[in-house]
Amino acid sequence: MSNAAPIDDVNRLQAVFYAVQECVRSALGSIRSHRMRSFLTMLGVIIGVASVICIVSLLQGLTRSVMDEFQGFGGNALQIHSHTSREDWLIGKWNRLRPADLELVKHRIAGISNVTPMSGLNLPGGVRYGSNTSGAQVFATTNWFQLVNQSYPRKGRFITDSDNNTRRRIVVLGDKARVDLKLPEDPLGTFIQVGGEWFKIVGVMEPRGEMFGQSMDNYVVIPFETGRALAGPEREPDMQILLSVDNLDAVDDVTSRLTALLRRAHKIGPKDPDDFQVTTSQSITETIARVSGTITLVISAVVGISLLVGGVGIMNIMLVSVTERTREIGIAKALGAPRSFILMQFLIEAMVLAVIGGIIGIGLGWLLGVLAAKMIPHFPPPTVPWWAVVGATGFSALVGMLFGILPARRAANLAPIDALRHE
Amino acid sequence: MIELRGIGKTYQMGSTELVALADINLKIARNEYVALVGPSGSGKSTMMNVLGCLDLPTTGTYTLDGEAVAGLSEDQLARVRNRKIGFIFQSYYLMPRTTLADNVAQPLIYRGLAPNVRRERANEALARVGLESRTLHKPNELSGGQRQRVAIARALVGRPDVLLADEPTGNLDSKTAREIMGVFGDLHREGMTIIIVTHDMAVAGHCQRVVRLHDGRIVEDREQAVLA
Repeated sequence: MSNAAPIDDVNRLQAVFYAVQECVRSALGSIRSHRMRSFLTMLGVIIGVASVICIVSLLQGLTRSVMDEFQGFGGNALQIHSHTSREDWLIGKWNRLRPADLELVKHRIAGISNVTPMSGLNLPGGVRYGSNTSGAQVFATTNWFQLVNQSYPRKGRFITDSDNNTRRRIVVLGDKARVDLKLPEDPLGTFIQVGGEWFKIVGVMEPRGEMFGQSMDNYVVIPFETGRALAGPEREPDMQILLSVDNLDAVDDVTSRLTALLRRAHKIGPKDPDDFQVTTSQSITETIARVSGTITLVISAVVGISLLVGGVGIMNIMLVSVTERTREIGIAKALGAPRSFILMQFLIEAMVLAVIGGIIGIGLGWLLGVLAAKMIPHFPPPTVPWWAVVGATGFSALVGMLFGILPARRAANLAPIDALRHE
Repeated sequence: MIELRGIGKTYQMGSTELVALADINLKIARNEYVALVGPSGSGKSTMMNVLGCLDLPTTGTYTLDGEAVAGLSEDQLARVRNRKIGFIFQSYYLMPRTTLADNVAQPLIYRGLAPNVRRERANEALARVGLESRTLHKPNELSGGQRQRVAIARALVGRPDVLLADEPTGNLDSKTAREIMGVFGDLHREGMTIIIVTHDMAVAGHCQRVVRLHDGRIVEDREQAVLA
């Protein structure tokens, strides 16, 4: 017989590929022919994914802006500050760094530069200019501060070594402090009161903007020694030591050498904890990234639950669809569709529905994020990280598959003659 | 090529047993053109389902092209249907949303053939029933006779051993019905084995051999001269 069935030699893997291709095609066809219903079915997934993406994009945008800010400090900046452990605090001990520590660090550690002390002063009277007061923070530091901190005067000059050595009463303003004191754009030469003493303005710093809605420019800087003099001999202020590591690769090495040096200087026993802390801008950004990562994960998980609701919607419609298409399933079976093919067809249809919903949700969530960021003043622009896009799409597919199992099994288990006879 | 031996089929309807087929013995050779006739309730639909591997008999053995069908799993039956049997139904059973070419190519999907191979063979099959110019139309753009031609093309596309037609002219007017029977006649002359289930004696008149069923038993099995 001329038309006896030929053996169609097909590669199994290829056959699976063609089958999947056909299922996707038929799924898209079926979605297209029920546009409204498909959209409503997807709505749950769309809303779920959009909420996740919106929140993630806002959080990530915020994190990124904060990180950029810290990276501005330079990855090679180190900060040493005192640390009082709980045990010490309970016995009334209050650890601090002293000028002697500064001298030690300056002279005993190689491969560092720009070593500068910095202390925040809490002076009675605050900062005043005539009747205007400012809540500016008062820092006492040295010339090197601008190099470590990577911020420079916009007008005038910064503190010099001679200012410091002679304890001159001069001040450099942050831009916010200048505005709060109602000083003109160029206030150089004007005298203001810091802690009840008169200080001459010699410089205004570049504005740095805001972080977490808080101004980074609300400060005034005075020479370190002037600050010590103001605080008085009996109230030696605590201080931080800022420095730059010359070689970025040596940051860890310098950190451990600093730790060893200060432990020896503070006579800390081998089992006792440090009474100071060395932080790098890297360690700060790592902490921020970790915290924001945890928050993102928790919120995403909570909102992700709404995706399950979307999944139930998909399951519901897929069940209806299986009933509607019983005849179609019967025909497919009569024509030789194996159980696995019918199963895959409906699973893929559920997944395609969910993934399309997911993709729409990603777009919508991003849009919502942009709008929300625009509406909140000083909020950084949102960023949608690639992992959120991949994750949302993957999770949608997973939801589709999970909730597609029941309808698909129902379809696959239909007996061909019953399905064919179905009206 | 087809051998039924002691085939019986009973359905459980609540507490009563319904005997649809009882002790059927039938042999059909290659290139036979058989009509299965009988009144409704005679068991011809059940017979069709068993012959088409859509349903398994309760008793007896069924050998199709040397393969024992009775013990096969559902997926193995699907494979037999896909490769050895071409179905033609009374109400065509085409997929309304897809083109004629896609409708005809459907059985080939389950063989894992590439889309271009499927399309090629579907176009060949459509050409064989005279619809080569309408491959991209949808079924609802066609007349009943044309739809049945599409269904025949779909049955042929997998190059089956046997065509099984269930009341293929039941929804057609007599002129179109004659045309469709003409198509079957041509296929038979080309060497196809054809089994037509019908209660219409005019249709049965086109066949070489008539097997009459009554109450689940074969009551007549005769050869006849084929009408032109």
